[in-house]
Amino acid sequence: MTNSGIFKLAIASGKGGTGKTLLSTNLADYLARKQAVLLADLDVEEPNDALFFHAENKVITPQYKMIPDWQSDRCTLCGDCTRQCKFHAVIRLGEFITVFNELCHSCYACSDLCPEQALPMKPYRMGETRHQILNGLQLIESRLDVGQEQAVPLIHATQKYICELESKPAIQILDCPPGTSCPVVAAVDGADLVLLVTEPTPFGLNDLKLAVETMRQIDKAFAVVINRQGMGDDAVENWCKSENITVAARIPYDRQLAEQYAAAKLAWCDNTALEEALEELALFIQQKQVQYA
Amino acid sequence: MRIAFTSVGTNWDAQIDPRFGRTAFLVLFNEETAQLEAVDNSGVQADAHGAGTAMAQRIYELHPDVLITGNGPGDTASKALKNLHMRIYVEAHNMSLKEAYEKYKKQELTAL
Repeated sequence: MTNSGIFKLAIASGKGGTGKTLLSTNLADYLARKQAVLLADLDVEEPNDALFFHAENKVITPQYKMIPDWQSDRCTLCGDCTRQCKFHAVIRLGEFITVFNELCHSCYACSDLCPEQALPMKPYRMGETRHQILNGLQLIESRLDVGQEQAVPLIHATQKYICELESKPAIQILDCPPGTSCPVVAAVDGADLVLLVTEPTPFGLNDLKLAVETMRQIDKAFAVVINRQGMGDDAVENWCKSENITVAARIPYDRQLAEQYAAAKLAWCDNTALEEALEELALFIQQKQVQYA
Repeated sequence: MRIAFTSVGTNWDAQIDPRFGRTAFLVLFNEETAQLEAVDNSGVQADAHGAGTAMAQRIYELHPDVLITGNGPGDTASKALKNLHMRIYVEAHNMSLKEAYEKYKKQELTAL
């Protein structure tokens, strides 16, 4: 495990809309009956886990990223900064150095390498982290401000926020963004196990393959959860078998479940099939916890 | 007047490249000397981000009076170019540089 008995479980998927949030929220709520659980919504462009919980005491922490701040009085317009920036976020326009905050990746190269120290870094607000405490469950959600383009710095800031918590639940569920790009790689960083949620359709299979390829490249332990089992075909099931990938749980296709989800309800207590899938998953997680301990 | 074109090639018969930051070449025509000069922009292919701002800096350095292009610069590059007071004409794709220049002379191009 990554640190002192904490097990981090990332819920990800190649395809969007396969059921990451359904699984994250219900699993967190299910596990929280018996143990302290932390649920973090790292889909910072459109977090929605909090819709399923109704907490009263919410702590909001603004989050900042560091951006260079041009000091015209110290600058000799040598242009070193513009050559250092891989993202062309710092450019020289005539007699001005212009910094484009939305392109800056906060790498400090321009700032550290400026011979005149004319680009000190200063904090720039990118979003906020909301922390709610419910019975047995700590819910953390980060949200980018409107107009902010980069999810990765806020995901990192949220992970840091979780690391610095005084009381850390032994199980942490990280609801990740969909896809296979930088935000996903950032969100699963530090996870002990990644559950890839998919659906038994050609779209589900195609994007699952991409997600599996990503996890293999970054050397992450993973297993698959098939949601909406019963619709579509057997191709996902067969492919997982041929690749020796564990299918840790299957959630049956059920209209009522979709209706409850759409009404922002945690469905597991009224839905036996979902409860059974969560039970199976809880056992699987327990085994993994023992294995990694 | 110095006129800049985003272009897929280096001569008058080349098509206008509709892209601003990721144009293949920037071709400059100096009306006083009648010289045509091409600046290779292929290095931009190595950059995943910031092609528009990089081109904005290039244009600042070359300082043409007029830019003729296709789609036009994006929001970030437009912000960068604001202080340059350069006239920008867009929607000149599907034209060769020669055709675009003739239309510019007849004031038939779309100004940004």
